[in-house]
Amino acid sequence: MLELKAVSYAYPDALYPTLSEVTLSVANKERVALVAPSGFGKTTLCKIAAGYIRSFQGSVTVDGLPLPRRGVCPVQMIFQHPELAVDPHMRLEKTLAESTHDTHEIARLCEALGIKQAWLHRYPHELSGGELQRICIARALASHPQYLVADEISTMLDAVTQADLWQFLIRETQARSMGLLFVSHSPALTKRVATRVVDLRTLPDESAKI
Amino acid sequence: MSDKNSLSHSQSHTDQEFHHHHLHASNSHHEHGAHLLQVEHLSVAFEMYDEDASFFQAKKRMVNVISDVNIAVHAGEIVAVVGASGSGKSLLADTILGIYEPNAQVSGTIWYEGIEQDARSLSQLRGHGISLVPQGVASLDPLMCVGKQVEGFGHPQSTRQARKKRRRELFSRYGLEESVAALYPHQLSGGMARRILLCCALMDDPRLIVADEPTPGLDLELAEQALSDFRDFANQGGGVMLITHDIELALHVADRVAVFYEGSIVEETAVSAFSSPELLEHEYSRALWHALPEHDFVGEAHISA
Repeated sequence: MLELKAVSYAYPDALYPTLSEVTLSVANKERVALVAPSGFGKTTLCKIAAGYIRSFQGSVTVDGLPLPRRGVCPVQMIFQHPELAVDPHMRLEKTLAESTHDTHEIARLCEALGIKQAWLHRYPHELSGGELQRICIARALASHPQYLVADEISTMLDAVTQADLWQFLIRETQARSMGLLFVSHSPALTKRVATRVVDLRTLPDESAKI
Repeated sequence: MSDKNSLSHSQSHTDQEFHHHHLHASNSHHEHGAHLLQVEHLSVAFEMYDEDASFFQAKKRMVNVISDVNIAVHAGEIVAVVGASGSGKSLLADTILGIYEPNAQVSGTIWYEGIEQDARSLSQLRGHGISLVPQGVASLDPLMCVGKQVEGFGHPQSTRQARKKRRRELFSRYGLEESVAALYPHQLSGGMARRILLCCALMDDPRLIVADEPTPGLDLELAEQALSDFRDFANQGGGVMLITHDIELALHVADRVAVFYEGSIVEETAVSAFSSPELLEHEYSRALWHALPEHDFVGEAHISA
């Protein structure tokens, strides 16, 4: 169980906090959709859940334990802008190798996500946004996380690739009994993928019921 | 070329009439003169080292990315270009704006308001006739306040006061407060940054806007607002080429849809054809329809089938 308890966070110099007293939990095999309009702190919440922001109030735990300070984080995040999530000076095969040395696993993920071998020899600017995003997803999955946090990961993809990607992620999370917390602006997509929908605006009341 | 295409579909004809009947008679029957933008037989290839050969023996070879694209945009209409990621949609936008990578080889003809263009004239039109709304919010200069950035796109001969006035008009039209002008890009939310990019594009009253994925990261309401801004622009006599992967939103505002697949346009059709897969000609267009979360939500299986 990934649990966020009474999480509050204000950006430095901000007038009011972005998140206040947010409580949310994601169980294994659950696919939780996080919805709210622009600027409500969806991305901030994702970053806190995946350990990218540490100076928050409240607690984030996986099976009762806080996120580790070193080593592989059991919660992996896939970012909204893949071009900002990879090292621009590194060929993508090296970027992928960052998360695991298991070449069979990487080969399997590349196959499943439709990543062509030729892309791996290139630099990030030589790929399109959608191609890069698939590499970021393979990188996140290769480290065998227990929970996956997906922040609008398919906005740059066409409908066909998007459908393939989500079908793959649903299969993968089921097979590995992973939990998934995802953000999407598309009501139709949310309806297809989510097992539970959480609205950040009404969260304090919702979480009381859980 | 593409004009004939669109006329051969009786549906796209009525669709156009419905949206801007006042322009239709004088427009669609002309050959070149009346087209705001016409692209004929456009191909783009990149010179690359052979990726399959070993590092020291790799020879240079040409890799075709866009091949034989024909597309036209009339005044007063929005043409949506939808297609797969990595199919070359952004490259098409860059090519029309005259932005070429050093290793690119471009062939074909681009007409703007009936005049044939070359690389130099296209780059002169950039921002002053044809404007790009780029895909990435990273296109803003991170070290410059956004107000100044927008003013920088004014007409080259205009005074500083005139630019400032124009920038204020645009800010108030798009609901940006005056205080936003003094902010740096990292202080803006995603939606504000997109509106700033739109303001940059509109500073010098362009006739044609090429919008490259303007909606990702916006919530539904903001996305619909962004698209209705394009609709307004088109209704005032401008033309919009809307490059997107988001068919649902494109169908809301566009007059015609061109389906882009692996570097060429496989189908140019009326928006109404997307109401049912039987009306779509190419298998990729049908695959797009089936892949929508509202419909079957299945991917590649439909292409091979």
